[in-house]
Amino acid sequence: MRLLVNKIFLALSILSALIGLAFLGWILATLFLKGLSSFHFSLFLDDLVDGGLRNLIVGQMILAGIASLIGIPLGMTAGIYIQEYGQGRYASLIRDLSDIMMSAPSIVIGAFVYALIVVPTGGTSGWAGAVALAIMMIPVVINTTDSMLSLVPRELREAGIALGASKYKVIIDIVIKAAKVGIMTGILLAFARIIGETAPLLFTSETSNYFSLNLSESFPSLTVSIYDLANEPEESSRDLAWAASFILTVMVLIINLTGRFITRNKK
Amino acid sequence: MEKIFQKLSLTSATLVFVLLIGIFLTLYSAAKPAIDEFGFDFITNPDWNKEVVLENLDDEAIIDEDDVAIADEDDAEIADEDDVILDEDEMLLDDEDETATKTIYGGLVPIVGTLLTTLIALAFALPIAMGIAVFLAEIAPKNISYVVGIAIELLAAIPSIIFGMWGLYYFAPIISDLFGGYQVSLLTAGLVLGVMILPFMAAITRDSMNTTPAVLKESAYALGATKFEVIKDIIFPYSKVGIIGSIILALGRALGETMAVAFLIGSVFVLPQKITDPTISIPVAMANNFGEASGLGESALFYLALILFIISFAVISLAKFYFLKKAK
Repeated sequence: MRLLVNKIFLALSILSALIGLAFLGWILATLFLKGLSSFHFSLFLDDLVDGGLRNLIVGQMILAGIASLIGIPLGMTAGIYIQEYGQGRYASLIRDLSDIMMSAPSIVIGAFVYALIVVPTGGTSGWAGAVALAIMMIPVVINTTDSMLSLVPRELREAGIALGASKYKVIIDIVIKAAKVGIMTGILLAFARIIGETAPLLFTSETSNYFSLNLSESFPSLTVSIYDLANEPEESSRDLAWAASFILTVMVLIINLTGRFITRNKK
Repeated sequence: MEKIFQKLSLTSATLVFVLLIGIFLTLYSAAKPAIDEFGFDFITNPDWNKEVVLENLDDEAIIDEDDVAIADEDDAEIADEDDVILDEDEMLLDDEDETATKTIYGGLVPIVGTLLTTLIALAFALPIAMGIAVFLAEIAPKNISYVVGIAIELLAAIPSIIFGMWGLYYFAPIISDLFGGYQVSLLTAGLVLGVMILPFMAAITRDSMNTTPAVLKESAYALGATKFEVIKDIIFPYSKVGIIGSIILALGRALGETMAVAFLIGSVFVLPQKITDPTISIPVAMANNFGEASGLGESALFYLALILFIISFAVISLAKFYFLKKAK
């Protein structure tokens, strides 16, 4: 009897894993079949207004890129503060708050940036979208930096100080160098996460059918356009949405796997 | 230089604090007109964007006219910034000539929709996620566990909008064939949300289970316990707190999820009678109505955002600071 219960339990557990894998396979298969059948190289050359995706892909990259330029330095320095400078209560309070912010609903962040930037400036803009993504990114970078720095042995820091280096020299030249790979992986994963975000962009950057490099007006976004296209009745729009989803997912998964590959090689 | 660097890092750290307070205060001030107008009744009122005629009874007329006046003032203020409102202002004035009406907003439907989709997602994802976690932590050989673990984490990396599209065009038709009802409904939205939080829940539950000391497990095996008994009597009790924390954390994620639900919930402000009815959730109400909203309607959406923020803040804090801290 005990052995039977054990067998059933193990079978159920394996079944769950298979169900999980089946969903992954199902979603990826749908994406590849639907995406590849509407995929064409000209998607990379034309803008949305001509039935292509070029402006959207470039736009999404720029939004995520600027968000990283804002989010990575802020997140890293905050992480360094928590781990290296902070003492006691305040540092652990910041750590806790950043943990909470990491799980804050992304649409609420969108609403915050809407009230903070879109309303005062009179309209949606690329800057607003990039700021919303940066706010999503900061806590993730803090979390990575914090936990990666905590793995650096204390002796390394002491050795640096003993040689007469000032604290910030030790942090920049020794501690960060030692934790470089881990932090880079975390940043790549954070980037993969924000590049696929839709909700914070809906009413901050919105999207645009035309190619644009002007961040002070509505800015082309791949994800927001997927949402618009998928809800349109024409078959051709939906096919385009599938092609766009395919490209987006491939981008996200490549960045994600690259991150994992780096850490694995290091180990 | 040392001082500059130290100040700089302190400033960045403080920014987190400022941001969080900033989000709260900004949402509150944007929601203020709606909070003043509807108060806490907002939470229990099922009507959204409904015109009500103000009755001209002696006593109430005075109060009602005050209300209208306040609403007009609010609109007028916003009109300076936004010309679109002008039309609405004119309409309001027209209305006043005949019978005084005002538009009321209540948040009950999206609040209920949010809670119910989250519950369905949790009920669906919980058993499967536990199974996967047990498989990864205890059953699978190391290399299989590694590969399956990566696969499950990739599932978590897929953007939520993809879950929404896949759910609407491929998953929902099957579910509605099985259970009847509409393809866009509470049930399909909840299930797709469940698929979405599945990998997240499985991964953190596995991490909790992995904290069980090997010595405990080995002693139980040495006493002749089966794998099931070890998991049930050793690992679960040991990592119980951590597992509950993981579940609540996944719940916090599900509450705020927008895109996966937006495709599937139907986006109608109607209280669902059955599980297969369409309705709306807070994030979806914001996603689909923010663009067109203005004045009191926009403020009511901010009120919803504030409610969502407070709920998820509470849920996440509970998970992180009660359960997961205790687990450490």
